[in-house]
Amino acid sequence: MQAGTQNKKLKTSSKNVAGRGVESTSYQNRFVKGIPFKFDYEASVESTEVVKIKSQNELFIGGKFVKPQSGKYFKTLNPATENVLAEVAEANSTDVDLAVLAARKAFATWSKLSGHERGRYLFKIARIIQERAREVAILESLDNGKPIKETRDVDTPLAAAHFFYHAGWADKLEYVVPGRSVAPLGVVGQIIPWNFPLLMAAWKIAPALACGNTVVLKPAETTPLTALLLAEIIQQAELPEGVVNIVTGAGETGANLVDHPDVNKIAFTGSTDIGRRIQKAIAGTQKRLTLELGGKSAHIIFEDAAIDQAIEGVINGIYFNQGHVCCAGSRLLLEESISELFVKKLKKRMQKIRIGNPLDKNTDIGAINSAGELQKIQNLVGVGKTEGGEFFEPNLTLPSKGYFHKPCFFNGVSSAATLSRVEVFGPVLTIATFRTPEEAVLKANDTPYGLAAGLWSEKGSKIHKVASRLRAGVIWANTYNKFDPTSPFGGYYESGFGREGGRHGLLGYLEVK
Amino acid sequence: MKIAKTIKLFIGGEFPRTESGRSFAVTVFNTNNVYANLCQASRKDLKNAVSAAKAALGGWGGKTAYNRSQILYRMAEMMEGKRAEFVDVLMKTLGYFNEDAQKSVDQGIESLVYFSGFADKYQQVMGSVNPVAGPHHSFTTAEPVGVVGLIYDLKFNLGDLCAQIGSVICSGNTLVALMPFEGSAVIAPLSEVLATSDLPKGVVNLLTGSRDELYKVFGSHMEIHSLKYQGQDQKISSDLQVLATGNLKRFVGNKSDSVSLEQLLQFIEYKTVWHPIGL
Amino acid sequence: MIDQVGIHERAEFFAKRSIKKQSKLGALYTCVSMCDLTTLEGSDTVGKVQQLCQKAIRPAPPTMLSQYFNGNKIEPLPSVAAVCVYPTMVPVAVKALKGTDIKIASVATAFPSGQAPFEIKSQDTKFAINHGANEIDMVINRGAFLSGKYSVVFDEIKEISKICAGKAHLKVILETGEIGSYDKIRLASEIAMEAGADFIKTSTGKMQPAATVPVTLVMLQAISDFYDKTGKKIGMKPAGGIRSAKEAIQYLVMVNETLGEQWLSSELFRFGASSLLNDLLRQIFKEISGSYYYEKSFSLD
Repeated sequence: MQAGTQNKKLKTSSKNVAGRGVESTSYQNRFVKGIPFKFDYEASVESTEVVKIKSQNELFIGGKFVKPQSGKYFKTLNPATENVLAEVAEANSTDVDLAVLAARKAFATWSKLSGHERGRYLFKIARIIQERAREVAILESLDNGKPIKETRDVDTPLAAAHFFYHAGWADKLEYVVPGRSVAPLGVVGQIIPWNFPLLMAAWKIAPALACGNTVVLKPAETTPLTALLLAEIIQQAELPEGVVNIVTGAGETGANLVDHPDVNKIAFTGSTDIGRRIQKAIAGTQKRLTLELGGKSAHIIFEDAAIDQAIEGVINGIYFNQGHVCCAGSRLLLEESISELFVKKLKKRMQKIRIGNPLDKNTDIGAINSAGELQKIQNLVGVGKTEGGEFFEPNLTLPSKGYFHKPCFFNGVSSAATLSRVEVFGPVLTIATFRTPEEAVLKANDTPYGLAAGLWSEKGSKIHKVASRLRAGVIWANTYNKFDPTSPFGGYYESGFGREGGRHGLLGYLEVK
Repeated sequence: MKIAKTIKLFIGGEFPRTESGRSFAVTVFNTNNVYANLCQASRKDLKNAVSAAKAALGGWGGKTAYNRSQILYRMAEMMEGKRAEFVDVLMKTLGYFNEDAQKSVDQGIESLVYFSGFADKYQQVMGSVNPVAGPHHSFTTAEPVGVVGLIYDLKFNLGDLCAQIGSVICSGNTLVALMPFEGSAVIAPLSEVLATSDLPKGVVNLLTGSRDELYKVFGSHMEIHSLKYQGQDQKISSDLQVLATGNLKRFVGNKSDSVSLEQLLQFIEYKTVWHPIGL
Repeated sequence: MIDQVGIHERAEFFAKRSIKKQSKLGALYTCVSMCDLTTLEGSDTVGKVQQLCQKAIRPAPPTMLSQYFNGNKIEPLPSVAAVCVYPTMVPVAVKALKGTDIKIASVATAFPSGQAPFEIKSQDTKFAINHGANEIDMVINRGAFLSGKYSVVFDEIKEISKICAGKAHLKVILETGEIGSYDKIRLASEIAMEAGADFIKTSTGKMQPAATVPVTLVMLQAISDFYDKTGKKIGMKPAGGIRSAKEAIQYLVMVNETLGEQWLSSELFRFGASSLLNDLLRQIFKEISGSYYYEKSFSLD
């Protein structure tokens, strides 16, 4: 019942018609009573008008945007179009020195400010993020490739919430550890990943500042723009110079920061491999360290689960943010009695996923962040295909340009398979079955990681029992991928150590006396 | 002729000799007289100890906090019961005066009583209900980190040693400890205490032997989840931190004031659980 | 079992779909064609029902649309799917809708409470069918349902469905606002479908809460599972409380993504509403003309 030739004619002839009638004839014949309506959602693309991207972006040191001593710049792309968005300064060791120096200088006064005053700055930053939410969200989608729906409803409001939450802590630090006094650590070096660029910056900066530390932050190479927008916001909030410094660059810039002798603490979020290297690099120093690393989180569905909600939980668990989530529920464990039904429903549901332009408000899955990541995912899917299991991907059309990967799964994969053990960091799920709750727990814990786990059952006592036996830092029961600034986040084992968020998150930025 | 006794290791609730067949002599303080022969634990003994500690995790962590608390208190009681043996070892091998030895035993007992009392309280002190912005119940609890390795490398201090043991196990962890070299012979009465306190097998495993021979094995053993170096050697500390990266072990350095909440918190993980609130 | 928070999250997900331009216009047209234009008042009269039927046939004067198309032939506004009246008004509707394909739906079985002896419910149904109703909107026995007498509920539906067989489609009203929880709504949906319902319907419209997005979603999922199990396509009718075109489109999105396009037809999806139609018309004219229409543009009927 698509528009036929007659409609095309109508369309042309209606051009001179008033108002929006211009294009409104092609609906004709699409609607015929009694025949199902073909419901194609037209693109509903967020305008980028509100975002102004500078072609050349400098480092943010001592409260000012400064040219890099390195003299070098690198490009950042829009992964959905492969177009260059901007050039960004690459900080070398001299630049990192200057940033640490600025932070050290600022620490002297910042740490002496009253908690109340520090809090006021953080409140102000939170408010400005909210006021500029639209701009922030769009820029994040452009630089990262994640859908506007997520940057608008998750990344940006949560980033603001983190500043709000921690702002209130700044003058209440004596209540963090009962009976003890606390002090800031000094200059904190923070290295964040590309999967939640602004949100991770907020997770890191807000608690550090609330506790009286000063910060040198290194955003990820492929997603530096929202951190630099945050620098603007910080300027706008009139935060004292040098309290937050942002050095853009790649791995070497990060290494310079880790190795800097005048840094008191490193907070890192990223891959387990890099985390290991950082732990090694600071061995024998007095530097404190918190690591939030990779995962291979199990998502257990018992037969007494609310199945339709569990399906959504699984979709959200693995395909949220293209699967670029450290706590993604990448190993689905199904009770064998429901596995067939569940997989059937999952396939049906996946067919409804909308993949494409991140700025389209109807997009569920956007672009993979970089060509390198896409290649890595494709390689691992290739390995998965050689190792067996039923491979499924929905019949979706990918945009012709940009880095996209269909959501997919491998059904019937053993715990020994590569994809059951290696973090893919993409929209790739493995499915295995279990027979008893005991076996579910054993399989779930059968990984060197321990970041998160999910479980679904409508039986309360079972939830508590299983949750207590899962060895992971975050357990989502009858839900998945929920985040809140009040709720501590972080892993066991090779998923790192330390917590972010909540009262517990502050412990990583304080010396307890 | 007086036959010097051989003091054995304490692994999985048993008293095995070292599989290596090696031993070293502990002398009576300021003499060359052999007080006793001690086992010089090998890497394989350490491996066995870690296996025992790993096997004990589920049962120990699964006990109620109240139960763990009672067992720790029982340990303190048994230590009191073996006061004479402890005093004897301390006086003979370390040259303590009777008064100091008695005081030292008091401190050991106090440490155990302190952590006995904490077993069912630190969760309330450090746990939380998180007021998340949505229809979810989110709460954070403190959980054991797992198998803890302890290399005790300070001058012998019974109070501190007992605090290390108590703080590790009161939250449900299990322990593999290398005894301080100087006071190695204390392993004899200490093992007796552990073996007779209703403490499940494998929860605490004690080794005697050479720090230099064993510390790297501690550092690289993947089944050890947290490594406590109670010592001040910079090189060892640094080496251990590097080795810990193999499985992202939590490395915990030297700490004074071991009879404290912070001591206990070195060996716990925080777990946050979310659940929707609905009808 | 249904998790309430989960079902609400999913419902919000559909609300976030942004339906614009052609998709929106097509959806609005479709919504009009899915309306069961309803009057169920004690004050219903022959005149009132006649006027309602006129509106059902031609929701707005055709000339209102054609002025925007420079004389080109355009797809006229569709008529609604059905008018829904009390049994006594069925003859009036039959007469007024003669020659159209608009269905005549009649509520029956002691609507809205269902608190009458079964014999009377049966009579009620027969009366409506005998006078020309081709759709019966029955209410379930909530008294029996809430006291756990599910077999009574099942048997009553089964009996009514026998009366309807071959003559009228049977829509079974669960009155979800009265049955307490999503788990129970799901159970009632299953009982109704197993007992022979052609449609399941949320509410009588006589109490709040009536249709909501999550309630409808629970029922759509029940329909989906029933279809997977039996191959039978059961229709869905949210009724009461849907007043805006925006909400109606959200329902359409939900049907599209839960059951699929096959259900996007008045054969399988209806809106039980009276005030919705005018908002649909307002939005259609806004899409076509580019300006916002005021309420007075469309008749009150």
